[in-house]
Amino acid sequence: MSIQVQNISKSYNKIKAIEAISFEVKEGELFGLIGPDGAGKTTIFRILTTVLLANEGSATVAGYDVIKDYKAIRNSVGYMPGKFSLYQDLSVEENLTFFATIFGTTIEENYDLIKDIYIQIEPFKTRRAGALSGGMKQKLALCCALIHKPKVLFLDEPTTGVDPVSRKEFWEMLKRLQQKGITILVSTPYMDEAALCDRIALIQKGSILKIDSPENIIKDYHRIIYDVKAKNMHQLILDLQHYPSQYSVFAFGEYIHYIDKKADFNPKDLATYLTHKKHQEIIVQPAITTIEDVFMDL
Amino acid sequence: MVKKKTNIFLRGMNKEKIITVQNLTKQFGSFTAVNNISFDVYKGEIFGFLGANGAGKTTAMKMLIGISKPTSGEALVAGFDVKTHTEMVKKSIGYMSQKFSMYDDLTIKENITFFGGIYGLDRSQIKEKTTRLVAELGLEDTIDKLVGSLPLGWKQKLSFSVALLHEPKIVFLDEPTGGVDPITRRQFWEMIYAEAHKGTTIFVTTHYMDEAEYCDRVSIMVEGVIEALDTPKNLKTKYNVASMNEVFLKLARNVE
Repeated sequence: MSIQVQNISKSYNKIKAIEAISFEVKEGELFGLIGPDGAGKTTIFRILTTVLLANEGSATVAGYDVIKDYKAIRNSVGYMPGKFSLYQDLSVEENLTFFATIFGTTIEENYDLIKDIYIQIEPFKTRRAGALSGGMKQKLALCCALIHKPKVLFLDEPTTGVDPVSRKEFWEMLKRLQQKGITILVSTPYMDEAALCDRIALIQKGSILKIDSPENIIKDYHRIIYDVKAKNMHQLILDLQHYPSQYSVFAFGEYIHYIDKKADFNPKDLATYLTHKKHQEIIVQPAITTIEDVFMDL
Repeated sequence: MVKKKTNIFLRGMNKEKIITVQNLTKQFGSFTAVNNISFDVYKGEIFGFLGANGAGKTTAMKMLIGISKPTSGEALVAGFDVKTHTEMVKKSIGYMSQKFSMYDDLTIKENITFFGGIYGLDRSQIKEKTTRLVAELGLEDTIDKLVGSLPLGWKQKLSFSVALLHEPKIVFLDEPTGGVDPITRRQFWEMIYAEAHKGTTIFVTTHYMDEAEYCDRVSIMVEGVIEALDTPKNLKTKYNVASMNEVFLKLARNVE
């Protein structure tokens, strides 16, 4: 096991940030912590990277205990915190050299690992980190977290506030790093990114709700979801919310995802109701379940 | 093709323009952040303003809300010139940013009172607005709690309501749902829909492409220019794809 977490709890004053969290990450696995702001993801990262002490429970990273062996952990892991943490007034190259030196290595020694990513920011290597765009900052931070060839990589919301194109590229980079044998623990509030992990933990309000592969999580979901669409989408949401047997009504891009309470639900009845409510261009059809559907029903 | 163009033109004629932008440009030294963009936004419309990081969205938005002077070009917001009447522009709009824009160490009630005062409401108006706003959001029991103690989703909903305190004609929302949980994110959009139905124009940026589908029209900025502008439906047809995410990936080449 690359990461083992057993019954970890942490409170700030009287507020419980995480409670009795347990999970394991296998070697070479890409494991996702999926949950919204305030779920406790950052607290887990800080405990595992030895910058915060848990109130209860134990954890090991790369075989080292987070309390006894904290120095060994710091040498074996890369950590990219949610907030940009590099030196704004050092250049791209200086930041990278600084992190290499701290870890007793050189850029050349592990260049192979960062090459893919670094060549994209190399044209700006003399620019101050503070003057980089969001996407470039993110790439530089990833290079700095990788420069000592860590066994385990911790990425705390690396794609929050990042546009869809850059997000896609970032995940392609992660896949390539995984192929090089690095274990990756990554957190994200974007549910579509969950599908790209080997396994995920769905986390909300400090507790883990479910751990499994994205495929199994979707397969285990037992409710039938319908895509519903009509010309006036806002009125459609309101009318669906007033349908007597509705279980949930949520906008999902082009469609509304509708779930009914009744086992013998007939979509034709719903279409009739909507026609009665004077909706036009009505579509009711079975939908494809996503991680986001499952998450919202937990 | 010709027919479609006519339709758009006619629809434009029937609706009242609330924002008109013509050849708007912003240069920083030799770098052109916003390059000669032109578009209109209609009253009561939910207008999605999309683009990759660094495409020029924030720069364009700053000019429209009157806090950055255009290098060249024109923009009228609620009838006021963004170059010469910045104070009138600011009075006519509401603004809410990705970074939460309320005071963490003031209570909910204090924040509403503070912003109400800033927007020029008198005491009785503030009192009335506070009661209604708090009831609508179901925050009656937490009104004296510090805003800093609220979950992000609540803060964002509250922040949206506060941006509407002075009943602006247009509200600018800069990534209002970033990092917000899936359910609250949808509740937030229901608030947006409801406000648009009252006739308020919504100008919104987002990185969630499912949210782009909820807009009446969407523009996609690429390297300082508007690469596409149409309804989500027409954009998907035009690029022959099933979702706005695919439209975005096709258009928004990475500029870095």
